[in-house]
Amino acid sequence: MLLNVETVSKTYPGGRPVLDQVSLTLEHGETLALTGESGSGKSTLLNLVGALDHFDSGEITVEGTSLSGLNERGRAALRRESLALVFQQFNLIPSLSVEQNLSFHARLSGRSDTAWLSHLTDRLGLAPFLSRFPEQLSGGQQQRVAIGRALATRPALLLADEPTGNLDETASAAVLDLMLELVAETGCGLLLVTHSAGIAARLDRRAHLSGGHLA
Amino acid sequence: MRRAAIACLWSHWSRHPLQLVTLLAGLALATGLWSAVQAINSEARTSYAEASAQLGVGQFDELRAASGSIPLARYVALRRAGWQLAAVLEGQLRLPGGSVDVMGVDLLSYPALPAVEETSQDDGIAPTDALLAPGLLIAGPETAQRLEAQPRLPPVSRTQNLPSGVVLTDIGTAEMLLNRRSEITRLLILPDQSAGLAPLADLAPDLMLVRAEGRSELARLTDSFHLNLTAFGLLSFAVGLFIVHGMVGLSFEQRRGMIRTLRALGLPLRDLTWLMLGELLLFALIGGLIGLVLGYGVAAALLPDVAATLRGLYGAPVDGDLALQPAWVALGLMMAVAGTFAASAQALWRLSRVPILQAQGQYAWTAQGLPALAQAGFGVLLICAGFLALVIFDDLIAGFVMLGGLLMGAALLLPPVLSLALRLGGRFARGPLEEWIWADMRAQLPGLSLALMALLLALAANIGVGTMVSSFRLTFTGWLDQRLASELYVTARDEAQGHEIERWLNTRADAVLPIRWTEVQVADQTVFLYGIIDHPTYRDNWPLIAEVPEVWDVVAEARGVLINEQMARRMDLWPGDSVELLPGWTLPVAGVYSDYGNPTGQAITALPALLERVPDLPNTRFGIRIDPAEAEDMRTALADTFALPPQAVVPQAAIKASSLAIFEKTFVVTGALNILTLGVAGFAILTSLLTLWAHRLPQLAPVWALGVRRDTLARLEILRSVALAVMTAVLALPLGLVLAWALLAIINVEAFGWRLPMHLFPLQWLVLLLLAVATAVLAALVPANRLRYLPPSDLLQVFANAR
Repeated sequence: MLLNVETVSKTYPGGRPVLDQVSLTLEHGETLALTGESGSGKSTLLNLVGALDHFDSGEITVEGTSLSGLNERGRAALRRESLALVFQQFNLIPSLSVEQNLSFHARLSGRSDTAWLSHLTDRLGLAPFLSRFPEQLSGGQQQRVAIGRALATRPALLLADEPTGNLDETASAAVLDLMLELVAETGCGLLLVTHSAGIAARLDRRAHLSGGHLA
Repeated sequence: MRRAAIACLWSHWSRHPLQLVTLLAGLALATGLWSAVQAINSEARTSYAEASAQLGVGQFDELRAASGSIPLARYVALRRAGWQLAAVLEGQLRLPGGSVDVMGVDLLSYPALPAVEETSQDDGIAPTDALLAPGLLIAGPETAQRLEAQPRLPPVSRTQNLPSGVVLTDIGTAEMLLNRRSEITRLLILPDQSAGLAPLADLAPDLMLVRAEGRSELARLTDSFHLNLTAFGLLSFAVGLFIVHGMVGLSFEQRRGMIRTLRALGLPLRDLTWLMLGELLLFALIGGLIGLVLGYGVAAALLPDVAATLRGLYGAPVDGDLALQPAWVALGLMMAVAGTFAASAQALWRLSRVPILQAQGQYAWTAQGLPALAQAGFGVLLICAGFLALVIFDDLIAGFVMLGGLLMGAALLLPPVLSLALRLGGRFARGPLEEWIWADMRAQLPGLSLALMALLLALAANIGVGTMVSSFRLTFTGWLDQRLASELYVTARDEAQGHEIERWLNTRADAVLPIRWTEVQVADQTVFLYGIIDHPTYRDNWPLIAEVPEVWDVVAEARGVLINEQMARRMDLWPGDSVELLPGWTLPVAGVYSDYGNPTGQAITALPALLERVPDLPNTRFGIRIDPAEAEDMRTALADTFALPPQAVVPQAAIKASSLAIFEKTFVVTGALNILTLGVAGFAILTSLLTLWAHRLPQLAPVWALGVRRDTLARLEILRSVALAVMTAVLALPLGLVLAWALLAIINVEAFGWRLPMHLFPLQWLVLLLLAVATAVLAALVPANRLRYLPPSDLLQVFANAR
């Protein structure tokens, strides 16, 4: 099993529980859409799976590695080596060029593969923009760089938080198509947070969060 | 409407208290250090002026003895010869809690003193009463209080007309107080002397004539010291204004949206501008007042050392206590207000051009400076203009224009040069993190450039002024070695004893160097012409700055004369030129020697040649070369054998040690200002890093999310700050050296007439580099530590913008 989330709960200080006894699983190569209203806990769950935040109780394992047993160093290593993240705001590194952004994560994890990177660059249509900087790209182009950066590491699990939320309809469709094609090509699992029922319908499975519970 | 607008503008500061504190701190630091230096300078100058007016210092020609003491018999002889002289005996009287300076004057002959006149008016005491037993001591209130607390002292009269720590009394009372019977420290030559008197040079050849204009020249030497302090104060002020500039620019930029909204709601631009001007004025006054308090504290802490330095180095009487002067407060506040508006001019100009409709860019405030190439071009232009001004006008003002152009131009050049260096450095990066660090440093440059410019100026000033002061110290040490190469100096009572001593010494000392001189007129100026014997003491020690080949042979054979730098510059005489020393005796200049601190012209020739022309040259003073270990025994033997007073046999080591100790005090003050200026620059870096913090998280969060730990990022933040500081320090080195060269070769020459040789002090640079690194580490520690312990939820906020 690639991902196992078991009875995970999370409450932010001074607030009501955001996640309450949530459980789900994901197999290698499987894609799962996580939907729900604003404030339902989708992004919180994604952050917990991404080892970006701590849960209060329960357990999350990624490729058999228990997150609750990891210290800061171990969580950072997991993010570098097994996971990849795509954010709604793209979150590219503004001081690096497109080319450097694309290879950054892969080189950080020591898994840089020039041929694969070149393939990704072509597939994402980024070849003409390699020397540019993020601020010189459109939103759709920036998100394609973010996807390329994530998949360049050949991650076991790709976590995407509203990856098309900042894009117009045309760009959104194009970016999603590319992402799903490349995910299939890579063979990694995908956990994608979205508001859109249309996008969710294109993934293998769908889980709906409401009031901190899976519906 | 205005009240609502004011509340709206103020809401920015209440939501950004750190920015407000930083702005006020920048202003306070700028005003504080500037005011501290001004307070010290103004206190010192007030003391000089008071001393001159109250004690008659520097108003008359004087006669002094090389031994420091003039026998009473010599005074009597001169008076009998018709010379109108006033005797002065000076010394220190030890009291609990420190000593006071006693100045005993012949009240019957000494020119009228304000303190004496005040005493006679207020107390109904005639000046002559002070002559009668038990005498009378006149002192300022504080000193009078200390004197009155002592038993067995004469009555004390209080006056406002004397500096603190000085006691004025009759010379007879001073003899008793100081236990120095029949001694005189100096003789004032009163104006309106009778015609036809025998020349003083004949009557008292062993006494040195110090002209009043010469003493005022000596007083000018203190200007060099004050100039150093002023330069530091000005630079600290400029560095502080960099902080103000950055903070005001940031606050204006962050309030762009608010400004547009206020205008859209109907507040006229003119009203808005006036409100913001009022806001700046308020901050300037508050920051200025805090700065004045700070400056007062710094000045009060440094003034005792400065006073001791000036007293010791130049004999300048400076009060060690600081008085709060209204003019100083007013000037400090004016500087704070003027500085604030100067530093805010760009932001105010931008405000006047903010269109109501314009999208707000996240980094607009950093990106709106000059484009890098234009900035570099402007910097080069400023430097060139400065040097051009120097070439065209060639005076002191041009020197300062050159320095201003150089410093401002270099500061403007810094960001483009750093950017270029970072771009080149990035090419050698191997891993992705290295690549990111180089690129990230470049990206951060616009936000940090003002702080780095401030650091550049602070470091360059430290190197420049430090090099000047240390060169000054070396020159002074060299000057002491030159003047005091002999281990002992002895002054005989008269010619006969001089011959006896010389004979006695010939078999006991390694060498006896006669000190024989006469006063000559060269081009209507008084020059002291010395005759020396040919001896390695001179060949090895004399610091020549220009010379002909085989210069010492030329001098020894009387084929040339050495002159001091003052004479060379004043009369434009250099090796190869000829100088008429005496009627019919003209010699070519064989060399020029540095003669720091001597206000008068001086020349040196071979003693036999001088004796041929001036045969009756007195022979009462000698330098004695001897094994230093035997100097003390020799001193005792000389004093015992010839019944010489202690002042007549002076050991070189003691004079050198006390002179150098005084100099070290100067360095304490310079060192303190060095640290304070660097501290201000460090504060500028800290404030820049803290204000950049809000922009920093979105850049760091993705790197963290990709698997770089927070502690690694925190360490990299420190590394980035250190790397930029080191690069700035490396660039500050050549700038500091050019600054030192300009101070030594241009400013000093234009201001004081002598050029100091420039020495290099690599160890000082290393210390400064370490200080710069420490400054950068300290400045980066706060944001780095904040990052190290930042909760992941804060970092996650970056990714949660749209939800």
